[in-house]
Amino acid sequence: MSDQLYLSSSPHIHSGETTDKVMRAVIYSLLPACGVAIYFFGLPALMLLLVCTVGAVAFEALCAKLFHSKLAIADGSAALTGILLALNLPPSAPWWLALLGAAIAIIVGKQVYGGLGYNPFNPALVARVVLLISFPVQMTSWSAPAPLGSGVDALTTATPLGEWKTAVMLTGKLPEGMASGFGSYFVGNMAGCIGEVSAIALLLGALYLFWKRIITWQIPVSFIGTVVVVGGLFWLSDATRYPDPLFHLLTGGLILGAFFMATDMVTSPVTGRGMLVYGFGCGLVTVLIRLFGGYPEGVSFAILLMNAATPLIDRYTRPRVFGTVAEVER
Amino acid sequence: MNLAREFSKGIWRENAVFRLLLGLCPTLAVTTSAENGLGMGLATTFVLICSNIVVSLLRKLIPAKVRIPAFIVIIASFVTVVQLGMEAYVYDLYKSLGIFIPLIVVNCLILGRAEAFASRNNPLLSVVDGIGMGSGFTLALFILGAVREILGSGTLLGFSLFGPGYQPFLLMILPPGAFITLGFLLAGMNRIDAIRSVTRS
Repeated sequence: MSDQLYLSSSPHIHSGETTDKVMRAVIYSLLPACGVAIYFFGLPALMLLLVCTVGAVAFEALCAKLFHSKLAIADGSAALTGILLALNLPPSAPWWLALLGAAIAIIVGKQVYGGLGYNPFNPALVARVVLLISFPVQMTSWSAPAPLGSGVDALTTATPLGEWKTAVMLTGKLPEGMASGFGSYFVGNMAGCIGEVSAIALLLGALYLFWKRIITWQIPVSFIGTVVVVGGLFWLSDATRYPDPLFHLLTGGLILGAFFMATDMVTSPVTGRGMLVYGFGCGLVTVLIRLFGGYPEGVSFAILLMNAATPLIDRYTRPRVFGTVAEVER
Repeated sequence: MNLAREFSKGIWRENAVFRLLLGLCPTLAVTTSAENGLGMGLATTFVLICSNIVVSLLRKLIPAKVRIPAFIVIIASFVTVVQLGMEAYVYDLYKSLGIFIPLIVVNCLILGRAEAFASRNNPLLSVVDGIGMGSGFTLALFILGAVREILGSGTLLGFSLFGPGYQPFLLMILPPGAFITLGFLLAGMNRIDAIRSVTRS
């Protein structure tokens, strides 16, 4: 081959980046969060991670067999979807819920659209929202973290966001002593989905993704920035009722969502400008749901809504083709 | 002869819901249980058969320019009959179908058959067409309702299937469940057709 003239259309230089490299890097970047999840929530978290990952890969294989398509397990995308789904489940979720979630993510969220690259919505989030709507009891029973060796099996409690929402609905005021827990919020010592609790582990993974250049700054910065600014404006308007921006930032699934779910290459806009719009939309919807919606947490709904808007955003932020003149406004 | 074909086309080949995708509004909205699906299907079938007969009988009298309003008046009359009848005899079903009973008036399936078939064929063929199309519609709504009820409530026609330990899959009886179920049923039908055409050739 090397001594022959090789003709092809552009692009001529390949970065060497392939789907399976990207997927593998994202899986590595989630390992700290998985570790923290297992540390704080113990065997149930390990069980969820295993069931979701193995389940997702198995359903992917099943679909490939049914649709006579090429077996694409090796690219790691199904395993990644499984891990992301597990990280979005509460620690007390039963195994069948995890397995059903894996089936929904792979079959309804991805394969019916034609597989990887064709799905308009983030498969793991589709599964999470379907489960949340279908099984509200199982999906909102939280157990307090019980670090390995603490001797406690499980203690039922509320998430910080849930606690805030209940208190505001009942009394119209912030719950007592809410501002005291930021240290433990940062490490992850609070109730929540197994993967969303530890800001520090997630940020570690996000740094790795930035270093690998798999995600760019636009979506996370505009997403989190919007939540902090809009949430902060409400806080400034009435600090006895609305939580402060740091609370918005560290509790719930904002960090997991902004760095790992909203940045999914398939379902987010292509251009930098588009990403900024998309992140802004995600942040705005998240704050609105958190402060005024029926659910205490809105990150997953926000991302899915903006996934739906992605083709529109891409259409309006199309860059000028190199070498052409900008269209004159008529 | 022809009659058998006019009847059977409504069940599979030209099934209103699964092939023509007509009448989707009631199809998706009321099929939260097998009973609702069956009730809606039968009510629609009744209206369809009656309107087919009358449209077919009057087909030479109705001026072409005002045929659509004329068809609608005929259909609306029979829908009123069905509505009052259901309110009198099956009140619970009447309540659970709600607004979708009067909305049978604007079901594309009925108007479609009036326009495309009854206004061009004799009453006998029109009756058979109405029975076939109506049966196909009822069957489709029943299957859709049954699947959604089994998964979403764990029951079929009100009988518990899986015992008290079953956790109902709520999404299936919510609107998204209707779309998802319809999609999978369509895919299943296409698959069966594909297999049949392979074995035939």
